[in-house]
Amino acid sequence: MKMRAASARGVPALGIAADDGIAPGELLMDVRNVSLSFGGVRAVTDVSFDVRKGEIRAIIGPNGAGKTSMLNVINGFYTPQKGTIVFRGHERRSMKPHHAVRQGIARTFQNVALFKGMSTLDNIMAGRSVLMNRSLFWQMLWHGPALTEEIAHREKVEEIIDFLEIEHIRRTPVGKLPYGLQKRVELGRALAMEPSLLLLDEPMAGMNLEEKEDMSRFIVDVNRQRGTTIALIEHDMGVVMDLSDRVVVLDYGKKIADGTPDAVKSDTRVISAYLGVPH
Amino acid sequence: MLASALAGDMDTFPKLLLRNAERLGDRPAMRHKDLGIWQSWTWRQQLDEVRKLALGLQALGLGSGDRIAVIGANRPRLYWTFAAAQSLGAVPVPVYADAVADEMAYVLDHAGVRFAVVQDQEQVDKIRSCAAKIPGLTDVIYDEPRGLALYPPAGLHAFSDIQRSGAERLAADPALGRAWEEAIRTAGGEDISVILYTSGTTGRSKGVMLKAGSAVRAASDTVAFDRLTDRDSVLAYLPLAWVGDHYLNYAQGYVAGLCMNCPESADTVAQDLREIGPTFYFAPPRILESLLTRVTIRMEDAGWVKRKLFRYFIGVARRHGEAILEGRPAPLSGRIAYALGEVLIYGPLKNVLGFSNIRVAYTAGEAIGQDLFSFFRSLGINLKQLYGQTEAFLYVTCQKDGAVRADTVGPAAPNVDIRISGDGEVLFRSPGMFSGYFKQDETTAEAMTDDGYVKTGDAGFFEPDGQLRIIDRARDVGRLKGGALFAPKYIENTLKFFPEIKEAVAFGDGRDFATAFLNIDLQAVGNWAERNNIPYASYQELAGHGEVAKILAAHVDATNLRLSREPVMAGAQIGRFLVLHKELDADDGELTRTLKVRRAFVAERYAPLVEALYDGSAEKYVETEMTFEDGRKGSVRATVRIHDARTHAAPTAELEAAA
Repeated sequence: MKMRAASARGVPALGIAADDGIAPGELLMDVRNVSLSFGGVRAVTDVSFDVRKGEIRAIIGPNGAGKTSMLNVINGFYTPQKGTIVFRGHERRSMKPHHAVRQGIARTFQNVALFKGMSTLDNIMAGRSVLMNRSLFWQMLWHGPALTEEIAHREKVEEIIDFLEIEHIRRTPVGKLPYGLQKRVELGRALAMEPSLLLLDEPMAGMNLEEKEDMSRFIVDVNRQRGTTIALIEHDMGVVMDLSDRVVVLDYGKKIADGTPDAVKSDTRVISAYLGVPH
Repeated sequence: MLASALAGDMDTFPKLLLRNAERLGDRPAMRHKDLGIWQSWTWRQQLDEVRKLALGLQALGLGSGDRIAVIGANRPRLYWTFAAAQSLGAVPVPVYADAVADEMAYVLDHAGVRFAVVQDQEQVDKIRSCAAKIPGLTDVIYDEPRGLALYPPAGLHAFSDIQRSGAERLAADPALGRAWEEAIRTAGGEDISVILYTSGTTGRSKGVMLKAGSAVRAASDTVAFDRLTDRDSVLAYLPLAWVGDHYLNYAQGYVAGLCMNCPESADTVAQDLREIGPTFYFAPPRILESLLTRVTIRMEDAGWVKRKLFRYFIGVARRHGEAILEGRPAPLSGRIAYALGEVLIYGPLKNVLGFSNIRVAYTAGEAIGQDLFSFFRSLGINLKQLYGQTEAFLYVTCQKDGAVRADTVGPAAPNVDIRISGDGEVLFRSPGMFSGYFKQDETTAEAMTDDGYVKTGDAGFFEPDGQLRIIDRARDVGRLKGGALFAPKYIENTLKFFPEIKEAVAFGDGRDFATAFLNIDLQAVGNWAERNNIPYASYQELAGHGEVAKILAAHVDATNLRLSREPVMAGAQIGRFLVLHKELDADDGELTRTLKVRRAFVAERYAPLVEALYDGSAEKYVETEMTFEDGRKGSVRATVRIHDARTHAAPTAELEAAA
């Protein structure tokens, strides 16, 4: 908790962070009155919240609360019927996921979505493709400027491998790895994009205690050492409260609370959403 | 040659560093894999690194007689700290990096360290958590800055900053560098070179003080014995605080001028070994065992043709491999088949294991099974045994090329004098022997005989061919109620030769018969379970499985049969045994940091189970506290079943019965 408080105060980030000209603690993304429905099903109803540069922002809620839908809206995978999102000062209503990537939003998935047959190294290298400048022609030739560029990217990837302590699986096909490590590789791929906003969809789902502790440490380190702003969805309340600076609570697609972990924890609506209300 | 010719005036490691930088200037001294690429330093560059560090440490106040702790994995910077400290007359004290905070605090405080050079945040945290217990410690220097940015800076320094300050001092006043070299040249070999803390198999760790001159002398002897030169290379992967690492990598490395390679991380050792292909290799039997298990498992999963080829050629190797290795006569057909096997199986296998270039390999620390030992030798790897201890600065005995056996540890090492005391204890006098336990004169006196021999605490005897055979810790050898000799370690080792048994603890002193606790090997038994469609959720569940018990019962039976054939041991066969519900763990104090069983502690901790082994009950409910890696406690509950084992009559009795 002590460490988190420090970064909430906007301690300058260490290491590399995507330079988007926004000072730590200032508004990075503003979600305004977003509503999303599928036919008659209202997944998200009139939700507003903001994400500030350099913080860890959690979106929590019981099953079916609309957390992943919200993330998919931010990510550009869904286009909301109502509301707007302002990211790095640009307002947008509809966009495609690859536009989101270009804008500096990277994400991981609730169910690991890696290239199973490829090695850890290649998976993370794939994350750099968006940053590669040479044309397909040069890349296929794999010579001259394309090679120079690849070496530069490889160095960044090796830094990520070192950072996530996955040197021993550098050459292992991802499909052969245990789940906890796959999650780490996926985080590595997202980091390779050097995002200004990193979206993590249940980064600790299905992990055992030790894996959760490892992952928590990496999330904190990513935020602190690399200065990456993180928005994460998580089910495990304990983890969220320890990790995040501010928490948004959704229930049945509506925002029911927003604030520091301590404030949210004692909110009666949150307690009843999680524990149920006596009938 | 380099070593023996100059051993006289080369009596400290910093002197050897200067010599190597001069003579082997551009030969590689150190490699470390970083960001996926092997970085290397020549002897000249290594001297520069050590000089910068030494001058930086000097500015911080490190001086003659100070103790400086070194805590972390095998990394160039930590090895440089040894030489840098020694060059200033300070004494490095390497500490086991996986020690829990309390153990570490004890050693740091006992050694009276003023400085500590540590690898990363984990070690810094451990030291800070018990700072109150180490009042003498003023400064901590860390290698990896990750996570430490917001720590209060008082008394905390980055390694790179220390080296930078050293470089700045040198640039401002080049005379400092010359004075530093002069101080190295005038230092004598009578100073303490290093204090190595024992792993604490028998109670609290003791600080073994080693003099520079004797350390260099001992290393020179074995470098000459195994003809190590600057063309050799080693992979430094064993704990920094262990005498073996300090001797085989640091001491022999400086004497021979060979290249030391530091792995990328503890998890990548197998891959790094393959990439480096060292010429000199050391592995305790435990690691060889796990290598063999890994090979066996992979072959079981391989295709039909490969499996057949592997079985056939391993058979050829078993019949002729060792004879060919030792240059003994072997039939021509055997030689042809072996040569073919080298191309098809042994060569590729050695390549995968990283053993292609090995010229000399040693194993030590515990007894090694004949099958395991022969397996590696039959592939053409010159694997030998040595026997040693911290008090000897490693070597007491070692086997010569061509005179190698699995059940002995060889004749006395060069210039070592061995004697067996009246009650069977091995005593020695050697060039590298210690000058005493730090701050424990009384204990030192107890460990020595009146005429200057060191008591090893091991019971053993010489075989007719002059090789020493160790049977057990002298004080552990006991007797059953009936008077039969009970050597627990001998029984445990015989059990542990089975791949399914990872650990065994034998009891029996003063009892009617011998009994044993067994730990299954999760890798081997888990693989077996997978192939036989036996589901399990945890170690505990697999260990308690009925089919597993059947396999282990067969192994216990085979062990008894083997014991029955040894006249001395036949009386102490295993009467009853159980499969322990929990893996023995150093964090719970059940094993030492070098992973040796602490038998008395285990007996006390599991006293109800020991009783159940002797009172005839068929099962017993127990609850055991365990410690997690982060120091929190939990507990495991289980009902452990007790099994009876069959004992065998000695072969002579069988013959009589048949007649």
